[in-house]
Amino acid sequence: MDPVLYGYMLYVVSLLTVGGLYAILALGLNVQWGFTGLFNAGIAGFFGIGAYTAAILTTNPHASHVGGFQMPYVVAAIAAMLVAGVIAFLVGKVCLRLRSDYLAIATIGIAEIFRLIVNNETWATNGPRGISQIPRPFEGLPEPINQFAFLGVVLVTLAGVYWLMEIARKSPWGRVMTAIRDNETSAKAAGKNVETFRMEGFVIGCMIMALAGALMAHYLKFVNPQTTDPLLATFIVFVMLVIGGSANNKGAILGAFLVWTLWSASEIVAPRLLEAIGMTDAGIRSAYVRIFLIGLLLQIFLQKNPQGILPETRPSSPGKNSS
Amino acid sequence: MAEFINFYLIPGLVLGSIYALGAIGITMTFGILRFANFAHGETMTLGVYIAWTLVQLTGFKSMLAILLVLTPISMMLTIMVVLLIDRAFYKPLRASPVIILVIASFGLMLMIRSVTQFSWGVQLKTILPGIQPRMQLFDFFSFPLKHVFIVGGALLLMYVVHYVLTYTKIGKAMRATSDSPELARLTGINTEKVVMATWVMGAGLACAAGVFLAVDTQVDTMMGFKILLPMFAAAILGGVGKPYGAMAGGVVIGVAEELSSYHWIGDGPLLDPGYKQGIAFAIMIAILVWRPTGLFKGKSF
Repeated sequence: MDPVLYGYMLYVVSLLTVGGLYAILALGLNVQWGFTGLFNAGIAGFFGIGAYTAAILTTNPHASHVGGFQMPYVVAAIAAMLVAGVIAFLVGKVCLRLRSDYLAIATIGIAEIFRLIVNNETWATNGPRGISQIPRPFEGLPEPINQFAFLGVVLVTLAGVYWLMEIARKSPWGRVMTAIRDNETSAKAAGKNVETFRMEGFVIGCMIMALAGALMAHYLKFVNPQTTDPLLATFIVFVMLVIGGSANNKGAILGAFLVWTLWSASEIVAPRLLEAIGMTDAGIRSAYVRIFLIGLLLQIFLQKNPQGILPETRPSSPGKNSS
Repeated sequence: MAEFINFYLIPGLVLGSIYALGAIGITMTFGILRFANFAHGETMTLGVYIAWTLVQLTGFKSMLAILLVLTPISMMLTIMVVLLIDRAFYKPLRASPVIILVIASFGLMLMIRSVTQFSWGVQLKTILPGIQPRMQLFDFFSFPLKHVFIVGGALLLMYVVHYVLTYTKIGKAMRATSDSPELARLTGINTEKVVMATWVMGAGLACAAGVFLAVDTQVDTMMGFKILLPMFAAAILGGVGKPYGAMAGGVVIGVAEELSSYHWIGDGPLLDPGYKQGIAFAIMIAILVWRPTGLFKGKSF
């Protein structure tokens, strides 16, 4: 194959792989923010918990960090989700009975504490240097087939999560969730246990985020505290969901691929543009310009089109005979 | 004993007064505009960089000149920027659910930071060059002179806050709005004016707190974000919407952070200094579990 074309193809594959991982994150956030109205400012923390759990469980034994259990991928992914679920449960226990701002503050706190632990407990996590040589599914296959195979893993996982979330959305459970989000008092009056439902939404969302983290660890083959940069990871997922359409699973996926494509494309274009207008340090400074612009995009959507590109569609009420 | 006071208690009080000033803005925004402002730390950072630029432009090297002349000017400039931000980004969302405002502030946190990093770069800078004189008291107390200025400046600003809230019309309107916005509106209080006053107070104090922190340590584009969590913790500990609570909460958290690494038991520090930043979070969670209204009976939504 033409090497230029081959390079483009690999770029598209990596774009789709990472876009797919973000789409899983966005679906996780959609359960929390879209359906339940919970603001999770610590997406990066739960993502990181998943990534580190998977890394520790699947790597070969190594002197620099704990673990090396060489577990199968599926076991590691389930363990990652369970760990995140337990931590989410504890955070939820404290914060869900209070107004949503407190959850936002507490979750950003969890993400920061997680970073402190990862940086300080060098015996377990190798500190700032991170854990490397994480295995990736299908890496034994010849290049580029292995890249496609991993993309397949991501897309199948994404499809599975989407399918489950669509079932959840249309189920009575999903209806109660949106009812609580829109009018807590009337949901309570209808005899729904608001706190339990919120807790379920929060925990499930965090588990999905951890699943994305585990896959990201395998994809990058490396995790360090920077992998869970609290802001970018958290913020960009919010932008994806708000732009794509909160409370719409298709919107979450659309937003993830769209914003990720814009974000990666701007990584190539922005430095050249800045250089063209004669700016010094164009490479470094273009990163800030990009963050600013993506923030601005979010503000514009919040003000002008809070529904997002694909607005929420409510499942039609079941007919009288079907109930 | 002298070691305890010189190296743990005094730095704790210094840090605590910085947190206290920052937390007043957080708690007032929380109480009056009803949302947790994630961009407050970045307001602080922006104020510091404005002050740093003024120091470079004027060439002032004395601490007094920086604190008495340049800091008020920086506070004014920061207030202007924050009022513009309110106009462009928060005002259009006033009628939206509060959580939308939280998201907007989260976005602004990154936007303001990227502007700071773009304009000034990420290298560490100092606002007060050279070695600072230390003060010696009764042979065993010894601390940098700048700490006296920081604590003194913070106390002065807190007195101003107290004066404004107690004796001025706008201050009383602010407290009324914080206690009950509907009732305040019914009595004819101009809510928009109160909102402006809240931003003015919050931004001014944030800038001052930032400059104090920069005088004590360094100028860094992440400095505001690093103390965002302690400021939130201070506001919640003191009771949301309660400025005096935020002051007390700030001091408690600052002192607790510094004392946590004192060798209370045995020779080593009680808590690894690497985890110092976790203290604020731990206190905040404890308060949310046992007394969500905070020490001063603030709001619990």
